[in-house]
Amino acid sequence: MPTQAIYTISDMRNLAEDVISMTFIAPEIARSAAAGQFIHIKCGHSRPLRRPISISDVSGDKLTVIFEVRGAGTRWLASRDIGRKVDILGPLGHGFGDTFSGGIIVVGGGIGAAPMLFAAKAAKRKAHSVTAVLGFRSQANVILTDEFDAVCDGLVTTTDDGTAGLRGNVSAPLEELLNTKKYGAVLACGPKPMLRAVAEMCAIHKIHCEISLEERMGCGVGACLVCACLMHNGERMSRVCKDGPVFDAKEVVWNG
Amino acid sequence: MADLHVSFAGIAFKNPVLTASGTFGFGREYGEYYDLSELGGVCVKGLTAAPRLGNPAPRIAETAMGMLNSVGLQNPGVDEFIRAELPFLRRYDTRVIANISGNTVSEYGEMAAKLSDAGVDIIEVNVSCPNVHAGGMQFGTDPRAVAEVTREVRRNSRVPVMIKLSPNVTDIAEIARAAEGAGADAVSLINTLLGMKIDVNTRKPVLANNTGGLSGAAVLPVAVKMVWQVRNAVSIPILGMGGIFTGEDAVEMLLAGADMVAVGTANFTYPDAPLRVRDGIAKYLDAKKIRSVTELSGAVEMH
Ligand SMILES: Cc1cc2nc3c(=O)[nH]c(=O)nc-3n(C[C@H](O)[C@H](O)[C@H](O)COP(=O)(O)OP(=O)(O)OC[C@H]3O[C@@H](n4cnc5c(N)ncnc54)[C@H](O)[C@@H]3O)c2cc1C
Ligand SMILES: Cc1cc2nc3c(=O)[nH]c(=O)nc-3n(C[C@H](O)[C@H](O)[C@H](O)COP(=O)(O)O)c2cc1C
Ligand code: FES
Repeated sequence: MPTQAIYTISDMRNLAEDVISMTFIAPEIARSAAAGQFIHIKCGHSRPLRRPISISDVSGDKLTVIFEVRGAGTRWLASRDIGRKVDILGPLGHGFGDTFSGGIIVVGGGIGAAPMLFAAKAAKRKAHSVTAVLGFRSQANVILTDEFDAVCDGLVTTTDDGTAGLRGNVSAPLEELLNTKKYGAVLACGPKPMLRAVAEMCAIHKIHCEISLEERMGCGVGACLVCACLMHNGERMSRVCKDGPVFDAKEVVWNG
Repeated sequence: MADLHVSFAGIAFKNPVLTASGTFGFGREYGEYYDLSELGGVCVKGLTAAPRLGNPAPRIAETAMGMLNSVGLQNPGVDEFIRAELPFLRRYDTRVIANISGNTVSEYGEMAAKLSDAGVDIIEVNVSCPNVHAGGMQFGTDPRAVAEVTREVRRNSRVPVMIKLSPNVTDIAEIARAAEGAGADAVSLINTLLGMKIDVNTRKPVLANNTGGLSGAAVLPVAVKMVWQVRNAVSIPILGMGGIFTGEDAVEMLLAGADMVAVGTANFTYPDAPLRVRDGIAKYLDAKKIRSVTELSGAVEMH
């Protein structure tokens, strides 16, 4: 059951330049949140539209999000301090599945690594073996590797320029993993071209794949249809905020 | 506590706060947040004769105290609404207003006949959607076309007919008079104002549809002025909307001449916005020792 209320920032720190980890004391949301769900954050009085940000971690009454400063709204949020209050609606959306059999691979691209930490922890709690494949632009953008290392059975990091981990994107190490063993599912969040490559690879290897999509939102609860995208072979529209943001990769129309 | 009951086009409403079409789906989602029976009524998402997928994304852009949308009337079609959605809404003790958009005059009539048979309380006729090529605003900017659509819907409907007016006209009073003259039982206004937002980095409009409809707090003064203009032009009841976020916003709209109000974009900011507006109206009435909300309607004192 989602709630809308004012919550206090209990912790805040920079993970990289313009990438902020922010923790709220938000018992109602933290206790009912599932991996892959998001919260809708009001970013100041002058902005009527809330900003959707994925939940990156929960612990007891606390909820953590990790966001990149992109425009005026996220800049406003980044200018808050510990102890300040923020208006949050959540948890919203349909998260990752949790009924897989076999090992799980989580794939995160850039800031898309954030929700995959929650997904990795959730899978681990269900006693799955979890391998993480994380891709970043450059060493300066690498985030959360220690946190993933602490929960995952395996971790591969890549950077586009080779300044940290393997050079290149997540495709090569993912392909290698899929070739060595039959995994139960691949769960991914990141830029669309990466998600598409991951989905296509999983289709070839006949592995269940779930991906988290991004779309501009209005209500965030499924009522306004602003976030709808073409799904299911182009036959139906799905709402990213309510039917997603996590979808079975097979349902996605990539050039829709 | 003050009396919030309103009689509108012969229909009794428990309070004068409705939800604006297209911002509230068919009620299911916000029904998870509160009991829909608390609302005066629900105006459902705009319906068309056949299902529509709507426009490509992005369909929304934030603007100063407002937003642009270009959803383009995505909906499952009038038949599916009657089959799958209306029975859900009917479980609540609230009024149901069906909002319709036709490609042709006869399509408006056919939809009105089906919906009035299915048992909606009022039919709201959208002749003002800025986001579709055929139909929509093309009807709403021409008084003769508005009269023709109004007559056709009136002839086919057993329930009150409310014409939703576009603000994208030179003289909204003239359009309102055309609707009243053709038999409209009420009018609602305003629909969204045409607008455009450009991303200065890409030099492209943010909306894939290039242009869209402006709504939210930014449009309140425009809506208040237009409601006042229409109040002075017709004697049928008015459902006022556009930028209402608080009880005081709603009171302004009522003073300008509206008999009831609808809350749209505010739902996106606060899921319980219509209830906040309702409670805000009640608080205002109590503070001013006004017994009934109906006393506010058109009570503005001009200079
Ligand atoms: C389900 C979901 C989960 C997300 N999770 C995260 C996350 O964990 N961390 C993170 O850093 N970012 C995340 N994003 C992206 C984040 O919502 C945007 O970066 C943010 O809305 C930008 O707001 P702004 O005011 O700074 O930017 P502006 O460009 O000024 O925003 C203008 C408008 O466009 C919208 N918008 C702009 N970019 C995006 C985008 N990429 N996706 C959706 N709406 C956008 C804004 O919400 C706002 O309504 C997520 C997006 C979605 C849809
Ligand atoms: C996302 C969105 C979708 C809308 N869809 C419809 C629609 O289907 N039919 C209609 O008559 N008006 C539609 N409208 C217009 C609203 O009903 C209302 O007239 C307008 O938004 C002004 O009110 P507001 O400022 O309170 O939102 C839509 C508005 C928004 C924001
Ligand atoms: S944002 Fe309103 S339906 Fe998804």
